[in-house]
Amino acid sequence: MTDANAAEMPERARIDRDAVKPRGQKSRRRGRGDELQVPEAEFRSYYGRPIIKAPVWKNPDVPLYLFLGGLAATSSGLGALGGATDRPTLRRTGRLAAAAGAAGGTVFLVHDLHRPKRFLHMLRVFKPTSPLSVGTWILSPFATFAAATAASELTGLFRRAGDASGAVAAVIGPALGTYTAVLFSNTAVPTWHEAHRELPIVFAGSAAAAGGGMGLVGASVRDNVPAARLAVAGAVVELAAGEFMERKLGLLGDVYQKGRAHTLMRASKACLAAGAVGAVLGRRHRWSAALSGLALMAGSALTRFGVFDAGIASANDPAHIVVPQRERIRQRQATTGTDVAPPDRTFA
Amino acid sequence: MWDAFSGAASSLSGPLPDPTTDAGWSGDHPKRVGFFTDTSVCIGCKACEVACKEWNLVPDDGTDASDLYRLTGMSYDNTGDLGASSWRHVAFIEDVRPHGSATAAHGGPPSGVPVDSLATGFLPSGLPAVTDGAPSTPTLRAPRDAATAPAPGETVDLLALLPDTGAHGQQTPDDERDVRWLMSSDVCKHCTHAGCLDVCPTGALFRTEYGTVVVQDDICNGCGYCVPSCPYGVIDVREDDGGAHKCTLCYDRLGAGMEPACAKACPTNSIQFGDLDELQAAADARLAELHGRGVTEARLYGRDPDDGVGGDGAFFLLLDEPEVYGMPPEPIVTTRDLPEMWRNAALTAVGLGAAVVAAFWGGRK
Ligand code: SF4
Ligand code: SF4
Ligand code: SF4
Repeated sequence: MTDANAAEMPERARIDRDAVKPRGQKSRRRGRGDELQVPEAEFRSYYGRPIIKAPVWKNPDVPLYLFLGGLAATSSGLGALGGATDRPTLRRTGRLAAAAGAAGGTVFLVHDLHRPKRFLHMLRVFKPTSPLSVGTWILSPFATFAAATAASELTGLFRRAGDASGAVAAVIGPALGTYTAVLFSNTAVPTWHEAHRELPIVFAGSAAAAGGGMGLVGASVRDNVPAARLAVAGAVVELAAGEFMERKLGLLGDVYQKGRAHTLMRASKACLAAGAVGAVLGRRHRWSAALSGLALMAGSALTRFGVFDAGIASANDPAHIVVPQRERIRQRQATTGTDVAPPDRTFA
Repeated sequence: MWDAFSGAASSLSGPLPDPTTDAGWSGDHPKRVGFFTDTSVCIGCKACEVACKEWNLVPDDGTDASDLYRLTGMSYDNTGDLGASSWRHVAFIEDVRPHGSATAAHGGPPSGVPVDSLATGFLPSGLPAVTDGAPSTPTLRAPRDAATAPAPGETVDLLALLPDTGAHGQQTPDDERDVRWLMSSDVCKHCTHAGCLDVCPTGALFRTEYGTVVVQDDICNGCGYCVPSCPYGVIDVREDDGGAHKCTLCYDRLGAGMEPACAKACPTNSIQFGDLDELQAAADARLAELHGRGVTEARLYGRDPDDGVGGDGAFFLLLDEPEVYGMPPEPIVTTRDLPEMWRNAALTAVGLGAAVVAAFWGGRK
């Protein structure tokens, strides 16, 4: 920003930085946003206060929902194809993980509501403009089919029907794994919104790492090749896309460089890398395969927590709103050659 | 609803002359109403905040309750921001600059006037400037007598009472600093393309026949999606009842043919309520008038139907950049990019499915 008013107006610069009252130092936002982060880039704001409202979504409910949804999404595919290709332990793991992930995710999704008893109000409309509405309509049938498949798996009854419903769940699965990226990026939170091209890929990689990791934990060495492949591919994609996203965000990526989001993302990358290496080298041993699988799942979950935290920090930072929007105005004026803005600082 | 995605997605962003019909109301709905908040005459009395609380029975707002007496410590503004229990919020900016660096709005010399042509270089407020002990009075324009009562039905233009030296707003003299106070009553913008309404998964948020955006409390399940989706940071979930709340533009009063409580209570007519097209015309006239008087820093905010939210139902005349008042300088409704986001997510989902299938490639080793 060229709005270098800090030097010209030391009083205001001081007010901006010192008189800051981070929203919700008490109450529900405690622990979810870091101290208000005013970067060195110069910008003006209303006493450094946040401009948009940070999400009131609960932590850990929402990150866990994203993780379990991703886990269930790819597990359903591994289960269905594992059954079709005669890998009984992979089939069983995939089916049970899909059902458990969907059920757990639903519990967290409902618990996240501030009026959980009205969960069913989500089903009174279908709104393509609301990713949460679309997601509920993805999750509900998926959970139903996955649960039916798992029931058939556990009881040994209605095997044909179980196979069929497992196949349906496997087809719905990928949508469950990627829609959550739209859920986050379709907000005014700058770090989420501006990542709307990369976030689905990060989340898809994360879903593959989680489901594949689960397969490594649960399937026998004889059956776990597809799980290992999927998990490694997922981890690689997640690492690469995550890195790309952080770079491309530029100024908005600073929330990934500091605070809790930074710690979480670092831990996530370490887990993913270790898990991927372990899956390649140690797939043939039951214990090392299971350990790698756990690391991959942990890496996937940590990514969700990291992205969630980064969004909270971004929403609380007025610079994330003002600086990019001012830059947009400046660029438009540069291209059109007009200076429509009133001369605020031509005097000073 | 799917029509939102057909064609040019015109109802997700861009100019939209009639959002009410776009939302499915029949053609004979009432005209779109809104607010024009002229901050140049706001005195920061907060009558609007109080009237809104009283009429709508909005409960205590726990903002910054960690402070003794709920003082924010930053200015006379102890409300802090809009929220679930603050549907009007009067921003109060004490704009302090080093002496001599002031703009016209600070009471500094208007543009084009050489500084050394003025005895003191700077005349704060309407007070006589003191030069070497000799009082000098700024040249006053004719109708400047604040004591003259206005004719019945006529309103006093406070700005006209200010000296020609270009002092706008209320200033206070100080040895080293120039100070001006900016006040602005913020409210839900009732956007043409409302992010909150677009993302609400229950349909609790809806567009009324007046073109305003309202939450139905008996439908809202407190999912909180609207909260981060508002580009202005208006709507919020109330902790004790778990529901999302914001200004209704006094939907109940509109139905009874009354103007909203905040506009009714405003003693300076800073909050003007009416049909949106008439307000826009009034605002344009007011802006031209102020510019004509040398208040070049006056600008309209949210007036332009071409902006990122398709224009606001509640728009403002500001005396500084929007971010100084805590508003985003150029908001864009998040759903403008939603078709692209769905496309990306769908393609990625196909890729994810293909990856699962590919993992089984080559059969058993
Ligand atoms: S998006 Fe924000 S400002 Fe616009 S109508 Fe909704 S709550 Fe009001
Ligand atoms: S919190 Fe209520 S009003 Fe807001 S999006 Fe959710 S259901 Fe709609
Ligand atoms: S229009 Fe009504 S609800 Fe909205 S701020 Fe004014 S008094 Fe409050």
